[in-house]
Amino acid sequence: MVIIGEKINSSNKKVASALGKKDMEFIQKLAKEQVEAGADYIDVNAGMFGDQEAELLAWLVKTVQAVVRTPCCLDSPNPDAIKEALEVHQGRAMVNSITSEKERYQKLVPLVKHYQAKVIALCLGEKGIPETVDERFLSAKRIIDDLLKEGFHLPDIYVDPLIQPIAINSSAAIIALELIERVMKCYLGIHTVCGISNISYGLPLRRMLNVSFLIMARAKGLDTAILDPCDHLVLSAVLASEALAGKDAHGLKYISAFRKGRIK
Amino acid sequence: MVLSTSLLSERGGSSDGVGMEIIKRISDELSDGEADKIELLTLEALRQGLSPEIILKEGLIAGMNIIGERFKQGELFVPEVLLAARAMQAGMNILKPRLIQTGVKPAGRIIIGTVKGDLHDIGKNLVAMMLEGGGFEIIDLGIDTAPERFVKEVRDKKPQILAMSALLTTTLPMMKATIEALKAEGLRDKVKILVGGAPLSQRYADEIGSDGYAPDAVSAVAKARELLNLTGT
Repeated sequence: MVIIGEKINSSNKKVASALGKKDMEFIQKLAKEQVEAGADYIDVNAGMFGDQEAELLAWLVKTVQAVVRTPCCLDSPNPDAIKEALEVHQGRAMVNSITSEKERYQKLVPLVKHYQAKVIALCLGEKGIPETVDERFLSAKRIIDDLLKEGFHLPDIYVDPLIQPIAINSSAAIIALELIERVMKCYLGIHTVCGISNISYGLPLRRMLNVSFLIMARAKGLDTAILDPCDHLVLSAVLASEALAGKDAHGLKYISAFRKGRIK
Repeated sequence: MVLSTSLLSERGGSSDGVGMEIIKRISDELSDGEADKIELLTLEALRQGLSPEIILKEGLIAGMNIIGERFKQGELFVPEVLLAARAMQAGMNILKPRLIQTGVKPAGRIIIGTVKGDLHDIGKNLVAMMLEGGGFEIIDLGIDTAPERFVKEVRDKKPQILAMSALLTTTLPMMKATIEALKAEGLRDKVKILVGGAPLSQRYADEIGSDGYAPDAVSAVAKARELLNLTGT
């Protein structure tokens, strides 16, 4: 499973304060510990900073990539911020995210193509998040087909089924799981990705639900997740579900992680 | 309906004052979140001759206050609050026409909506339900609400409070834009502004010139009451 480390996000107060004073050491520590724990991408988000977002997002990319060789996942709906970040990014970044919404789509597509970035596509409809699996699949299909017409390759597209809290809608997890399965079956070679923690909003012992959902989603084909790889329970679930899904030959990755004390 | 006789018959009588027992049951049993039961209890209370106002204030609203408090303490969780709020609404729907008939005024009128460019409605809906549970009249403008629309509705409907929600860091500036639009139309001092949403903070709420910030649906009710200088229940 491809792991996108979620910790460098400006909605976290400590991160926001570090960003505010451009505390390189703090940011680099978060980047390093996530890569050591197994992150394949480092998510960077400076969304709390409004007008300064573009500048700070680019600063985050430079700061992170000064200490790790890992690509970043550029977390912003703002094409201007994405542009500045892509300009300084080394290697192939992932852009998080694109939607069918016209203005955003038209601005982001040329950028993503120019920098050969990978892209996360959200299954949003005209009026928010479609409620049924069928409707949501149609909105996924629409954006995937559009991206393919633009010349994108399936392995560079990551579809986000959009996770809603089961506290509000008991079917929220099932809908996302079915969507993951359908997208993975209909578009061979494409990826699916989600941030898992939204699933448990409003309920006690959230980690338990997050991890259970992750394992269920892995069984449906989810191959990328935005999560905290430094959380032992989460990482253990990732590696265990990989082994169970037949994606870890002879369980060697699982064994190795155990031996290094990364899972317990 | 079988439920009604079995549930209510043994306690139907109102030997202690004027049926206050049933009022207490409405308030107590809201937390079970069973809309049918609350409907029946509300009807029974009316049958016993209690005024819609008493049933509302001392039954439904008092019950929701307790639920809000227990949620704050971490005893109840979001789905339970949601079910209680729905049960409360079931009771409200029965009382509404009677309240209008008897000329009982709501605690205040609140216009609520998610700001332009933002499609999140879960939190906003929860806040709307809790406010309704707190005795306010709610006009919900839904999601993706442009500043002009807020301005128009404030002018036409004359609410005491305008409540805005934003869940994205990128749509937060629309709150300020809406406040500026109200100022430009000379309506800013006609309405109190309450804001909320995950990326907000008290500091941000102050910066954009709102009147109040609520970090969750339960505090939104308390804040709304505070803004209108309402005391007690």
